[in-house]
Order: sequence, then C-alpha cells, then structure tokens
Amino acid sequence: MRELVQQPLTMWNLLLIVLAAIALLLVVLVFVTYAIYFERKVIGWMQLRPGPNRVGPLGLLQTVADVSKLLLKEDTRPKQADRILFALAPVLAYAPAFTVLAVMPFTESLQFADLDIGVLYYVGLSSITVLGVITAGWASNNKYALIGGLRSAAQMISYEVALVMSIVGIVILTGSMNLREIVEAQRDVWNIVPQFLAFLIFIIAAQAELNRSPFDLPEAESELVAGYHVEYSGFRFAMFMLAEYVYMFAMGTMVTVLFLGGWLPIHPALSFIPGIVWFVVKFSLYVFLQFWLRATMPRIRSDQLMSFAWKGLLPLAFLNILLTAGFVSIFA
Amino acid sequence: MLRNQPPTESVISPAPEIRTEEMLLNVGPQHPSTHGVFRLVVKIEGETIKEAVPVMGYLHRGTEKIAENLTYTQIIPYMDRLDYLAAMTNNYVLCHAVETMMGLAIPERADYLRIIAMELNRIASHLVWWGTYLLDIGAMSPFLYAFRDRESILDLLNELCGARMTFNYMRIGGVKWDAPPGWIEKVANFVQYMKKELPNYHKLVSGNEIFIHRLAGIGQYDADTALHYSLSGVMLRCTGIKWDLRRDESYSLYDRFEFEIPTAVEGDCLARYWLRLAEIEQSLRILEQAVQQFPADGEIMGKVPRVIRPPAGETYVRIESPRGEIGVYIASQGKDKPWRLKLRRPSFMNLQILPHLLVGANMANMVAILGSIDIVLGEVDA
Repeated sequence: MRELVQQPLTMWNLLLIVLAAIALLLVVLVFVTYAIYFERKVIGWMQLRPGPNRVGPLGLLQTVADVSKLLLKEDTRPKQADRILFALAPVLAYAPAFTVLAVMPFTESLQFADLDIGVLYYVGLSSITVLGVITAGWASNNKYALIGGLRSAAQMISYEVALVMSIVGIVILTGSMNLREIVEAQRDVWNIVPQFLAFLIFIIAAQAELNRSPFDLPEAESELVAGYHVEYSGFRFAMFMLAEYVYMFAMGTMVTVLFLGGWLPIHPALSFIPGIVWFVVKFSLYVFLQFWLRATMPRIRSDQLMSFAWKGLLPLAFLNILLTAGFVSIFA
Repeated sequence: MLRNQPPTESVISPAPEIRTEEMLLNVGPQHPSTHGVFRLVVKIEGETIKEAVPVMGYLHRGTEKIAENLTYTQIIPYMDRLDYLAAMTNNYVLCHAVETMMGLAIPERADYLRIIAMELNRIASHLVWWGTYLLDIGAMSPFLYAFRDRESILDLLNELCGARMTFNYMRIGGVKWDAPPGWIEKVANFVQYMKKELPNYHKLVSGNEIFIHRLAGIGQYDADTALHYSLSGVMLRCTGIKWDLRRDESYSLYDRFEFEIPTAVEGDCLARYWLRLAEIEQSLRILEQAVQQFPADGEIMGKVPRVIRPPAGETYVRIESPRGEIGVYIASQGKDKPWRLKLRRPSFMNLQILPHLLVGANMANMVAILGSIDIVLGEVDA
C-alpha cells in the first residue's frame, strides 16, 4: 500500500487507491457493526443476561437491523432548531473520525499516508469533533442538549491536552512523529514498559476523549437524558453513533501503535504469525477494556472530572515528559 | 430558548462583564431519573441550582377519598398501590390500624407470616433502590444484579400469595393464605444465599473511588433539619438519630427478635447508601430468627366478626416501612366503612426536604440527591 502511494499517479494507481480506501471504509463499518454487537453481548454476559440473540443466528444481524431502522426513520428536526448548523453538526463529528484513519499503520505495508507528522495529524483532526458536539448542542435549541454540548466541549478539550502531553514522551524517545517509525522503534521493547505512566494517562484521557464510561457525562442519561444528541434521530443520530465507534477504532489503533508495538509480535520467535493478527489481537484487547469499564464503572461527576484533568492528569503528563527528557539527555 | 426570546433590557444596556442568564430547566415528569412521574422545575445558573420547585400529583388517585366508600377489607388492595415496592408493609399498617381499634388478637403463626413477608419485602424494596440509584449514578450492572436477587424474593412472595407486587395478602385479623409446604425452608435458603451475596455488592460498588467521591458530603443535613422537615426512616437515621418504630414502638412480634438499628452521623448521600445496605443485613437477621421461631402449626386467621365495624372513634398507628414512618389515621363512626382515612406517607414527607437540599447544589448532584431520598411516586401522590 505504501509503495502504491509513492508511485507516480496513473489512472490505474488512482483506481487502486480509491478501491483500497473503500475497502478500509468497509472494514471500519464492519468493525462498527460488530463492535456494537459485541459490546452488547459482552456487557450482557457480565450482567447475567444473553444480550441480543433474536435477529439472525446468535443475534449477529441485530446491528444491521438497528441501522436499517435508523435509516428508514423519518428525519425529524425541532421547529426552533438552527437548520444549517443542525444538519452540519453530525458531519462535523463524523468526517474527522474517518480522516484520521488515513495515517494509521495497520501493518508494515498497510498504511494509506505515511506522514512524518502522523501524531500531529491525528491530534489536530480529531479535535475538530468537539466542534460537531458543541454545534449539535447549540443548534438543537434544547436545554438538555445545550448543557450536554457544553459539558462535552469542556471535557474533550481538557482531556485532549493531557492526551497530547502523554504522547510527547514517546515522541522524545523515538525522535519521530511518524507513526510507522514509532512502531519500528519498539522492536526491542514496547513503549508500554518505559512509558507506563504515559500509557495510564493516555488510556484515561482516551476514555474521556471518546466520551465513554466512566467519563460518559455528555450523554449522562440519568441527568441530561441523552446530552448533545437528544434531539437527533434517524440517520443523523446514526452518524453520531458511527463517529463514536469509528473513534473507538481510531483510538484502539493509536494505543496499539503508540504503546503496544503495533504489528510487532510479543517475542521475535513468534514473528511467523502475520503482523495483522498481532495488531488485531492487541486492538481487540483495548476494545474489550472499553466494554469491561462500561459494565463496571459509575459515572464521574462533571466538576470532579475537570479538576481531575487539570490537577491530576496534566501535571503527571508533564512529569512524564520531564523524566523522559532527562533520561534521554543523560543516556543518549 | 435564549436565542429566540426578544432581547431584554439587559441585552441593550452596556454590561461591563459577560452577560449570564439563569435558565429554567424542566426535569420530568418524563425523565429517566425522576423514578416515575415526578416533575422538578429547577432554575440553574451555569450548573448551579438556584431554585428548585417540585411539582407532584401526576399519579394522584384520591386513595383517601376512595377509601371512604369501601369496606375495610376492600381498602387493602388500594394500599398495595401506594408504595408498590413495599406493598406488604402497607397491607400491614391498615390491618394493624383496624385491629388496634377493634382490639383483635392475631394468631402467632399469622404474625410470623406477616413479619417474614414484610421483611422480605423490605429487602426487595432496598434492592430496587440500590439498583436504580446506581443506575442514576451511571453504573449499569448493579441494577441487573439487584433485580436478579429481588426476583427470588418476588418468587417467594408469589408462591405465598399469588402476586408479585400488589399482594393483597393480609386481612384484618390475620393473613389470607398459609405458607405452602416447604416455603419456610425456601426462605431460609434465600437468607443464606443473600448473606453470601451482599458482600459482593460492596465489592462491586461501595469501595469504588468514583462512587465515594460522587456521594460523600452531597445532600448533607443535620439532625435538627431532619426533625424540622419531619423526616423518617433512613433519611432520619443518617443524621445519627436512632429511631426505628420496629424497636421504639414495637408492633407485631418485633420485640422477639434481636436486631440492630444502623445509624450514621454524616447525613449525606453516602451515609444513606450504607444505611440501606446495612438494613438489608438486619432484615436478614430478623428473617433468620423468624424462620427458626416459626410455629409448626396454628391458625392464620383470628376470630373476626363477619362484618368489620370498628367502634366509633379515632386511631392513628404507625409502623416502619422501608422508606420511613408510614401511618394510618382512621376516624370511624361505627360503620363498616371509615368515615375518614388519612395516610402519612413517608415518601411524601421525606420529599419535602428536596428543595432545601437542591438549592446551591451542582446540577450533576441533582439526581444523586433525589435518588437518595428513595421516593415511590405512587406513595407521594397517593
């Protein structure tokens, strides 16, 4: 894939690239479909109930049915809503979720854009989603949506700072912002070992970035009914859901690439297993952690959430940068 | 919302600082965390609550008025529908009132059946509270664990009286049905099972840092306030006042059992959480003793006249329901129907403190505070 992108652009290559992009899109959509299915299944098992098992064998078509229901629903819009912004918000939330996938190195060769500033690209684009959330909250002209949108924006921006700062340690260690080089640099030891503190910060901040339990305040159903997307239904709601799960896909990829050695095997002796298998295994572990947390954790309170970000995570992230920088300058 | 209102005076006049505006938020009657059709109009500034006005009555059925046209036995099913999570205690309080007026003696076996039913129901009620409260806090799984265990209780009560929630089990002078064969052993088994299960509840939730941080110091009040607001039950005991009618004004056979009255001094949501779980433990203790002392045979109905006509006069009796002090006042003119029936509903009384607790609180604490009061809307609205 990488070679293909670097070749001169002919009609044939262009076609291949477009087809590959569509293939990736399909992979992501299948992931979303079955991530939702497995989320419901896993949480069901943890809660002593069977989970979806009616539509299709073992309930495998449940999400398909749900999505087709959403697509066929009437597209409702509150009378007082801001027409343009209301329609724009789901797109703003969902487009960046897909664009960040371009730089993700799934294996050595399977990567669409080998950017030297891959990390920066990810961080920059993913923060656009906040705009979608706050626009949705504002445009809906609903008080619950407004509060949910404001909370979301505050939360996502705060945790993004910690998230980015926790990556800086890795950038210092590797000396590169290229995601593929970051993976290659983990041949001897995965970043989770020297950067364990950063790993913890990243995992926690990622939960908040993704608006998932225990940081799922924006959609705190018990207080805000559904948060910023309370007025959305049908296809627009589906887009928000899609964005959420595509982000989960992207965040899982990021964790795997940054901390868990990407496609690298756990030991060189096991390198006969293809890289994509290793990638999928590590990635699935992260996704499973999401489900597990959702079944276990209560929701953190909004004010505590903010103070935790600024007074807890951020100083720790700075400390991590300081330690890493000191370590690198002394030993390297 | 704000954008669509015509500009007011304050918009036009030059304001030196950023203009902020209070927002009127209507919570309920259709809201996932108001536990029924309860409505709360809150005025918020940012996320701070400035004013909270509870609006209730969406489930008002006029039970007290209806009761005036019913014979005493006919009122019992209506009592089921007040506090539908603890219908047994409601059954009991009405029967107890009439029995007190008429000076009826209750057979021992009936009294034991009543106590076992009431304590089982108390546990079921607290389990529902535990599950739904954690759902309010944002934890999803405890709800299902609680309902699994509540289901075993409902099965037991179903076997006893043929209903799962609205039991209509007790009668003036005794109970309607005797325990089916083997039922007492099933209760004993359940008590042992629940004793093992309860520590798991604590393991899953009570030690969770997020959970403790959310509840500690929230919705706090002291003993004086509690007394002034006429709170009862856990809402009162969480401030350190040891007051439980089962012991302080013992009714039925409660003086035969050994149990403690858990209290706390903090008076916050976390204290109320701990107390309710501790009460489950004590109820299990009572059940264990009741099962042991359960008489092998005996009547389940006392000597009751065919038509129940309490002598003219007034009576007020009160007992300890899972939510607090539930009382029935009956004014009788010696007829087979009450001249006036008045209910002291603990959910309704406890709810009065809500505006006091909410003012100044954070929006995010609203559901935590409301949930900790443990209201049942059927009882609030009667």
